[in-house]
Amino acid sequence: MSKADVAAAILWVGATFYALFGGADFGGGLWDLVAGWDERKGERPRAVIRRSLTPVWEANHVWLIFILVVLWTAFPPAFKAIFSTLYVPISLAALGIVLRGAGFAFGKSIEGLRERRLAGATFALSSVLTPFFMGTVVGAIAAGHVPADGNGEAFSSWIQPLPLLVGGMFVAAGAYLSAVFLVGDARRAGEADMESYFRLRALLAAVVAGVFAAVGLLALHSEARYVFDRLTDQALPLVILSTLCGIGLLLAVRRHAPTWMVRPLAAGAVVGVIWGWAVAQFPYLLPTSLRIDQAAAPDATLNMVFGVFGVALIVVIPSLALLYTLSQREMLEHD
Amino acid sequence: MFSVDALPLAASASNLLAAREQMAFTLGFHIVLSCLGVALPATILVANYLGLKKGDRDAMELARRWSKAMAVTFAVGAVTGTVLSFEFGLLWPEFVDRFGSVFGIAFAIEGIFFFVEAIFLAIYIYGWKRLSPWAHFWSGVPMVITGIGGAFSVVAANSWMNQPQGFVLDAAGNVTKVEPWKVLFNPATGYEVPHMILAAYMVVGFLVASIYAVGMLKGRRDRLHRLGLLIPLTIGLIATPIQLFVGDTAAREVADHQPAKFAGMECIQKSGGHQTEYVGGICTDDGVKFAIPIPDLDSFLVGFSADTHVVGLEDIPVDERPPANTLLNPTSDTMVGIGSALLLLGIWVGWVWWKKRDIPQTKWFLRAVSVSGAGAILALWCGWIVTEVGRQPWIVQGYMRTEEAVTEADGIWFTFGVVLILYAALGTAAVLVLRGMSRRWREAGSSEDVESPYGPAGTKRVGA
Repeated sequence: MSKADVAAAILWVGATFYALFGGADFGGGLWDLVAGWDERKGERPRAVIRRSLTPVWEANHVWLIFILVVLWTAFPPAFKAIFSTLYVPISLAALGIVLRGAGFAFGKSIEGLRERRLAGATFALSSVLTPFFMGTVVGAIAAGHVPADGNGEAFSSWIQPLPLLVGGMFVAAGAYLSAVFLVGDARRAGEADMESYFRLRALLAAVVAGVFAAVGLLALHSEARYVFDRLTDQALPLVILSTLCGIGLLLAVRRHAPTWMVRPLAAGAVVGVIWGWAVAQFPYLLPTSLRIDQAAAPDATLNMVFGVFGVALIVVIPSLALLYTLSQREMLEHD
Repeated sequence: MFSVDALPLAASASNLLAAREQMAFTLGFHIVLSCLGVALPATILVANYLGLKKGDRDAMELARRWSKAMAVTFAVGAVTGTVLSFEFGLLWPEFVDRFGSVFGIAFAIEGIFFFVEAIFLAIYIYGWKRLSPWAHFWSGVPMVITGIGGAFSVVAANSWMNQPQGFVLDAAGNVTKVEPWKVLFNPATGYEVPHMILAAYMVVGFLVASIYAVGMLKGRRDRLHRLGLLIPLTIGLIATPIQLFVGDTAAREVADHQPAKFAGMECIQKSGGHQTEYVGGICTDDGVKFAIPIPDLDSFLVGFSADTHVVGLEDIPVDERPPANTLLNPTSDTMVGIGSALLLLGIWVGWVWWKKRDIPQTKWFLRAVSVSGAGAILALWCGWIVTEVGRQPWIVQGYMRTEEAVTEADGIWFTFGVVLILYAALGTAAVLVLRGMSRRWREAGSSEDVESPYGPAGTKRVGA
């Protein structure tokens, strides 16, 4: 593996964390959105969602900054190509991030039922739109609609079957991850009815995500042949891993398996897809116009990226672990 | 939509203006929130420390309230900061394409600091009821360090734009070699970073003090309000004289390394020694009008000798001159003027404290403090205008013009419009929420039950 490949792997590690934690976060917003207009009926699931999102909200989203910064530092031409082509969905995702953050920041401290509802609705709706547009960006990259010099088609680059399907898959996968996490949180809090509430939704979202993935595979076949060929060849073990985890999860959730068994399966299904995608587009950052080594920054910069990543592992991971531990303990103390 | 090929110049000129306006606006909005992220933790911890060490319940209550307010401003700041990182690609893709491998690393380091600050902010806010008092205090200390570290990283990147070094370009202008340490520790880092960190402490000190000064003017003269004014005001007043010293040093460095910027700030038209320093006045192409002139002082301030040669705008090529008359000279004067006024405020407080062992209680003192926060923010904005507009037409001094860096994408005026509306709503909502929190604290007499972002659910639930 060259230095550039290692840097690309770091990028994908960031994407993995963002998909797992940020994705679950977005999913929480989706369940908030569909918890029902009836204030009283929606109150309990919303309380479970808020309780598990609140302490980790900010930390989950720093992974996005991490991805952006590593991309523009280690692979500047790719960053430029992506942003100068896909600026429409990227701007819409940024808009969603602003609205979501505002809804979150103000939701808890605002007064008045109407204002609270407005903040809640803003938070929930943007939780669906943001991952959708991020998905279209990923789909457009995988489909090869981003030219290496950038300034590609502003609309037809992402308004295509594959990007839109990937957008849908992002939303569904987040919803499914989130529901799986929430099952555990509800169980910890001893709310049996909420446990089955989110169990049902976890199963539902898993099926929807699976359908998106299957249809997406068909679109991949016609729109992104290079990626499709490698996905069904070199990346096949990862695809199988993801599928097995998905099926295993369906069974485990239905049989009320313990949290320590369910969460790794849920994570495995998502990690399999992300790394499958990585292997499938290797050695390209932008298939098939820009290779990883062509886009890479000089060695000294890549070394700094490695150093920063190493520090992140040493400093950030233990801090995060402390935060997650404290916030999970809060679940126990609270009820 | 028109194609870029048909109207290359008009389109890119229009895009350039729109992109610069959007960048300036979003940066100006975010910079105030980042000051809170940099300097509010230390302010909170001072109150927290007094509360623990002296059993001061008012100080403890202030620390609790400020931490909850900070949760709101931090969440908004995280969002506006994310927007800025998107804007690197959305507005300045060519800049990142060419130099991302050089300056990008500063932001990677900033990312770590921000990450850790976000985590410990959540722990600190969570820890009010759940950690032992001293463990809780110490859980806040990483925020102080990461705030300073984060400011260092971001401002180091900006310093590099002012005094670029640590890279090699090939014939085509592509970066072939990078020396990251030279990038991070470029000559401008030495004065820009402390200037910004002190500015953050001044903004926070005077802003928080001004809120309590307004409360005292409304007749709330209890101990909580006096302490709420005194703690941050002391921090702001300590930072001010140091800031004037750092700013003075910075101006000398700018005179040496970015003569066009310095000439614009000081409205120096003709090169030479024995330059006059003007206090106030209006900058015109023929020099400063309606000002108090102090002969030779400008030359003396630059080189400690009246003979010091200072470059005038006449020696800067016309297409490399920053807008001195309309922006640079007025903002530079405003910044220095406000800094000096805040120094006088400190002398006033120091004098009365020395005489009476108490802060001045007069209406005029409270009025002065109540505008000091807005003044500090205005000075902050002026400082950034000097830094950024003073470098124009360059985005990377001497290497890349801003017009080369801007995006070719359509619709920047449209996104700028959206940003204006969105941020107006965001700013209004933030102020309303903070005011609502403060009113509920007043009514309840304590902040225990008021919820905030990151914090656990309170015992009393409003609404749903």
